[in-house]
Parts: sequence; structure tokens; C-alpha cells
Amino acid sequence: MKSLVVLRVIAKLFFPLILIFALYVQFHGDYGPGGGFQAGVIFATGFILYAMVFGLEAAERVIAPGLLRVLMAVGVLMYAGVGFESLILGGNFLEYRVLADDPVGGQHLGIALIELGVGITVAAVCIAVYYGFAGRTPE
Amino acid sequence: MCSYHMDTGGKRLRALLPLLVVVATGAALIYGTLDMPRYGDPTAPVHQHVMPAYIQETPTEIGVPNVVTAVLASYRGYDTLGEVTVIFTAGVGVLILLVARSRKNEKENRSE
Amino acid sequence: MADLLGLYNYWVVVILMMTGFYIVIARSNLIKKIIGLFLFQTSVFILFISMAKIEGGSAPIVAAGRVVYSNPLPHVLILTAIVVSVATTALGLALVVRIKEAYGTIDEDEIHVQDQEQ
Repeated sequence: MKSLVVLRVIAKLFFPLILIFALYVQFHGDYGPGGGFQAGVIFATGFILYAMVFGLEAAERVIAPGLLRVLMAVGVLMYAGVGFESLILGGNFLEYRVLADDPVGGQHLGIALIELGVGITVAAVCIAVYYGFAGRTPE
Repeated sequence: MCSYHMDTGGKRLRALLPLLVVVATGAALIYGTLDMPRYGDPTAPVHQHVMPAYIQETPTEIGVPNVVTAVLASYRGYDTLGEVTVIFTAGVGVLILLVARSRKNEKENRSE
Repeated sequence: MADLLGLYNYWVVVILMMTGFYIVIARSNLIKKIIGLFLFQTSVFILFISMAKIEGGSAPIVAAGRVVYSNPLPHVLILTAIVVSVATTALGLALVVRIKEAYGTIDEDEIHVQDQEQ
């Protein structure tokens, strides 16, 4: 597909815009519609568009499959880590009030961290599933 | 000739049976929704117990304007943890099914 | 009778649900069955989200000047349900790929015949 000029130019133009939009949706989940799940899927869409137009090897040079497996676990670990951190600091599991000095600040910190964990896991899973399906050699 | 007619008759009955099941189930479901609350009704039971409490307490307790994110991440944070685990498990399952096999094929092709 | 027209969102849900159900039980191609399941799931999402609407309510984002908000709880449930359904559909499709490798076909009747021959 990379012999078609229009597809190549548009994919290269849109790929950073899609990633920036995914980061915008992720970090503005507190003030408007958004959050971890939506941002993860939009992030994966950018990479899948790149892989569809430029081929799987080019996409695997940008994000390696081994890195994706690590990222899948890092997101879940971040989420559970926030829960255990609040246990260590004296509250219940996943009680964000104890994470900072004032309760509202603690809620903001806790929500930001877990949404980041969710976004990382969802994006990594979507891209890894695409790599798995597209990397099969036809028999 | 008689068996030919019976064959096509039997086939038509077998093709019609899912349609009958679907129509019967659809009619039963529509009959069951006749006493549900109307679309947009503010006095529906789903809006009564927990929702006003969440909307009133979110600005003071959590300080986040988006009530959906506050409920998802703070009030019901435990469910979201289980849900992220489900997504992780589905990803691991797809990787086991698709990637381990193609790597084994590559190793076999290389060793031949 | 005009009162019954306020129930049209449930009728849309039932029509979608029955379409998905018919595809699952009446077609023998495995990929068509997975598409039917996905349609069924979508109808359940629409059921929950349409129950969250309040007449004249705005989106559930607390802002100055708004009094009535739509119910945020079904949105919370369906948000995670959509991503989970995408992940499980991917798992189902991976299973279909492996079935085609093992049996050579994705037609359910032929797979049944091959299983009974063994």
C-alpha cells in the first residue's frame, strides 16, 4: 500500500495528530469526556493505521513486540500498585485520600495514575492483537 | 418423487425454525417491556437511590468535574481493576493462540 | 397509544437483539456467528445507555448553571463493557483462525462431520 502517494502522505500527516489527540483525551478525562479506555483505543488506532499503510516491519521498528508485552503488564501493575500504596500509607485498598496531604489532592493523584495505567494497558493490548493477526504468514 | 418433496419440505421447515424462535422471543421481549419507564422519564427508579448522592458529593469529595470519571475511578475503582485484568487476560490469550504457533513454525522452517 | 410511543428505544433494542440472535442460530459460518454475537452485545449497550437519559438533562459533567444531569451510572458500566467486548471478540476471532488451521474449514457443519469421523 505504500506505493499510493495519497495514502502515504495522509498516514504520515495523521499519525502524530492521532497520538496527540489520544494524549489529550487521556489527560483531560477529569474535565470533559475522556479517560483511560478511550485514550488507549485512539492511541492504538494511530499505530494500526501506520502498520496498515507502511507494512508490519516498519511498525515493529517503531514499537517492538517485546516492549508491548512489557507494557501490557505495566498498566495493570500501576493500577494495583496505587492500591497497595494506599494500603501501605494507612488507608484501605484503593483509597486515594491518603495518597497526598489533602484528600482532594490525593483523589486527583490517584485518579490520574490509574487512568494512565488503564490507557497503557488498553493501547498495548490493541496493538499486540493487531500484530498477532497481521503477522501470520498465509499458508 | 415423494421423498424429493419431503426433502425440500423438511429443509424449508428447518430453515424456518430459527425464524419462528426469533419471532416468538421478540414478541415475548416486547410484551415484557410494556411496563418499563418511558424514555427520558425523570422519575424512573434507576435515577432515585445512588445517582443524586454521587452527583452531589463529587464536587466536594473528589473535586473532579466529570462525574463519570469520578465514579469509574474512585467510587467504583475496584470494578475497574477487575476490568483491566480482563483486558490483559484477553490480550495474553490472543498472543498465546497466534504468536507462539507462528514462532514454532519459523523455528521448524529454519531447522530443516 | 401515544404513551406507548415513549417505549421506542426498547423496540430498537429488541429488533437489534433478535437480529443478532437469528444470525447466531441460523448461520453455520463461524465468523457470521461472531458478528451476530457482537450485534447482540451492541443492543444490550444501547438498552443501558438509553435508560440513562433524563428529559432536558445535560451531560454528567458538573458545571455552573446546569441543574439537571443525565444519569452517569450506566455510562460507567458500558464504558468498560465496550472495551471488554472488543477484547473478547478478538479472542474469539483468534480461536477461529486456529480452528481453520486445524480443520481446514470454518463451516460448523463440516467441522461437526470431521469430528464425528475421528
